[in-house]
Amino acid sequence: MATPSASGRRIGKVMAQVAMVMNLDKCIGCHTCSVTCKQAWTNRSGMEYVWFNNVETRPGQGYPRRYEDQEKWEGGWVRTPGGKLKLKAGGRLKKLATIFANPKMPAIQDYYEPWTYDYENLIKAPLSDDMPVARPRSLISGEPMNVTWSANWDDDLGGGEELGRQDPIVQKLGEQVRFSFEETFMFYLPRICEHCLNPSCVASCPSGAMYKRAEDGIVLVDQDKCRGWRMCVTGCPYKKVYFNHKTGKAEKCTLCYPRIEVGMPTVCSETCVGRLRYLGVILYDVDRVGEAATVEDEHDLYPAQLDVFLDPNDPEVQEAARRDGIPDRWIDSAKRSPVYALAKKYKVALPLHPEYRTMPMVWYIPPLSPVVDTLTKTGHDGEDAGNLFGAIDALRIPVEYLAELFTAGDTAPVDSVLRKLAAMRSYMRRINLGEERDESLAEAVGMSGTDIEDMYRLLAIAKYDERYVIPTAYGVDDADRGVIEEIGCSLDFEGGPGMGGMGGPVPFGEASGRPDAASVETFHALKTRQTSDGRSDLKGRVNLLNWDGNGKPDGLFPPSDNGAAPDEKEKP
Amino acid sequence: MIPMTPTDAGHAVDAVAPTALDHILWGVFPYVVLAVLVGGLVWRYRYDKFGWTTRSSQLYESRLLRIASPMFHFGLLVVIIGHVAGLLIPKSWTEAMGVTEDMYHFMALSLGTVAGVCTLGGIVLLIWRRRTNGPVFSATTVNDKVMYLVLVMAILAGLATTLLSAGADLTGGHGHDYRETVSVWFRSIWILRPDVAAMAASTFAFKLHVMVGLTLFMLFPFTRLVHAFSAPVQYPFRPYVVYRTRDQHPNRSERVVRRGWEG
Ligand code: HEM
Ligand code: SF4
Ligand code: SF4
Repeated sequence: MATPSASGRRIGKVMAQVAMVMNLDKCIGCHTCSVTCKQAWTNRSGMEYVWFNNVETRPGQGYPRRYEDQEKWEGGWVRTPGGKLKLKAGGRLKKLATIFANPKMPAIQDYYEPWTYDYENLIKAPLSDDMPVARPRSLISGEPMNVTWSANWDDDLGGGEELGRQDPIVQKLGEQVRFSFEETFMFYLPRICEHCLNPSCVASCPSGAMYKRAEDGIVLVDQDKCRGWRMCVTGCPYKKVYFNHKTGKAEKCTLCYPRIEVGMPTVCSETCVGRLRYLGVILYDVDRVGEAATVEDEHDLYPAQLDVFLDPNDPEVQEAARRDGIPDRWIDSAKRSPVYALAKKYKVALPLHPEYRTMPMVWYIPPLSPVVDTLTKTGHDGEDAGNLFGAIDALRIPVEYLAELFTAGDTAPVDSVLRKLAAMRSYMRRINLGEERDESLAEAVGMSGTDIEDMYRLLAIAKYDERYVIPTAYGVDDADRGVIEEIGCSLDFEGGPGMGGMGGPVPFGEASGRPDAASVETFHALKTRQTSDGRSDLKGRVNLLNWDGNGKPDGLFPPSDNGAAPDEKEKP
Repeated sequence: MIPMTPTDAGHAVDAVAPTALDHILWGVFPYVVLAVLVGGLVWRYRYDKFGWTTRSSQLYESRLLRIASPMFHFGLLVVIIGHVAGLLIPKSWTEAMGVTEDMYHFMALSLGTVAGVCTLGGIVLLIWRRRTNGPVFSATTVNDKVMYLVLVMAILAGLATTLLSAGADLTGGHGHDYRETVSVWFRSIWILRPDVAAMAASTFAFKLHVMVGLTLFMLFPFTRLVHAFSAPVQYPFRPYVVYRTRDQHPNRSERVVRRGWEG
């Protein structure tokens, strides 16, 4: 089966993964991604506390509180002395023996108790001397409560020293991390599920309800197979599987697979204000995943994972990919993948907590801003290469902190990334100022001037189509032929709401007329909207979710007295 | 208690002829229960896979649950094993293996009492937790309450039979030997020739326990108890990481989808 690659190594089974990179320097911590994600996926009861996407301030405790303390939560994998991988919370038999009460499950207080406000009191309160207030009420118990914690209580270093000291990484680095305004550093870390290559959540699921999709690597929970054993919550070291306390089933970030399947980016990427998210395909050798996840030295985990990624431009890789049934358009897409470029070509993106050994697939470009900020704060030129290189060497604390996040504590790769970003800053400044290109700046970080310019393009001005290179699951032709519709909506059972009825044919109203393939319509409408500068034209029926607020599409308002009912032309 | 004279045929001698009520309760009802149980499980699996879950409440409260739930479930597991042994294995078999009546009795009663008390203690704690913990209480449905009522009654009646036997033993007498009556009846159900007389010859405590137990089985498919039927016994035997291809034809047995271009 296996074919040798250019490097002489045999290529095992090739699989494709839709992966993400986030450029942390650009995150302004606005939480737009969290909010749009919540609106799209988790604004339901039972999911009040669930943030598939959350943005945490670092240094800070994260969400749920101190989730990185694996001595406590026991998420992810550990390497046994014999060189095998074992779930940190215990093997299968231990899982079954403790199934009746999971010993390592975070309680709602470790997330936060969700609440609403008693708005009714504002209008219903009897006349009195005091202004009526809307008291917070727990969405869990319904009782009045005091709000003492939330998903980002320590946002922007709120709570300072007292809360910041509780950050497990700060505790590891010790007293050296300072929280006084002059000495501190800060950045934002947006997090979603990592869609790991070696997912410990999947491994922890006793029912086998969780799975990794073979086509695109998205990790999902089969809602019909989940039996509520809640072991996955413990298994995931990133605490990105949540328990829906109303339905009694686990739910997690789906990487917006209905969007990915038709070539659209995830909601968090789409709406990101900083445009800092990149989506693209990575081809990898699945036979090497186990070996890479078991390397002895934690510092080798990052290079080992890079090694699992295959070069889509290598003809032998392409051949092996075809052999394993990966469609050509996926291979083409992998060649243009911004994720591959940032992670493997320029090596500026790093995995989050590789030491959990789950082989995460949402990677991060560490922020240079703590370094630049210190320089400018102290009156130095934050774009001068010499200053920047010097500062990277001198500012050990931010670098060590970043290394604990991204490289299991190895500062060398973080150093190298920061130097590349610094070199890019200085190199591009010369160009902006009309000075000559300084090739030596690029060489100092082991790159060429062209590389730096390409990387700059990708990081700074890449357009929609360059940031999100996502092959459709079907091929566009297929979409046009209505295959997407076949995947269908769960309400599309015969006579169901999605089929134009509530248990029977409905002659008028919203559900009348010929059922359109909603996903095809949405796909085309959003595609035009996102790739054109003008107003988008929504043909046919109005889907309010697609309406961008511009214009007055037909059918949006009831017919005026003199006009014909817009419904007329829809009647079959 | 009426002392029974066991016959070696493994058949209880009828003290009284079974009445019409006996026939309904022990001749007809078990089959109704069986039909509801099997039919209910099939129905639930087909139409409500999404509702098939433990509905764990651990997110709300962990401290008490971590004592109560294992106590209840492990106790229950032993109880279930005891039931299987007592009901399915004919007395003649254990005797052939050289287990004397007294040995069997001692084992069953001591182990049964410990397990029964664990189960009862566990469920009392679980119910107490349910009632006193706000979030857990507000997540409790009427369905749950009915289930708890029947479940507790079944456990209490079961424990009563055990304690009555033990009490009789300790006072030097002999308790009712259910292996001569209930077990015989239970096995006869499966060969479709219910031995109503055997069950009718049992004591009131046993009859009550069996009745409540049968009712509990009827509730299984329609309550959270359904989780017991999906115990993840296959987990140790599957590879850790599960891969699945995107459904080309998602489970559509129930629906006929019209194409987008069809009217
Ligand atoms: C081996 C099979 C079984 C397994 C693996 C199992 C597992 C579980 C689990 C994980 C829970 C959820 C606990 C929580 O987090 O809130 C639970 C709850 C429960 N189980 Fe089981 N169970 C099994 C068999 C049974 C049986 C046979 C019964 C009763 C006849 C039963 C009765 C209950 C009850 C009443 C609860 C609710 C406890 C509460 O929250 O008040 N279970 N079980
Ligand atoms: S990050 Fe996602 S894929 Fe990885 S273990 Fe957690 S839930 Fe599973
Ligand atoms: S929307 Fe973008 S910039 Fe805003 S918090 Fe999310 S990742 Fe950061």
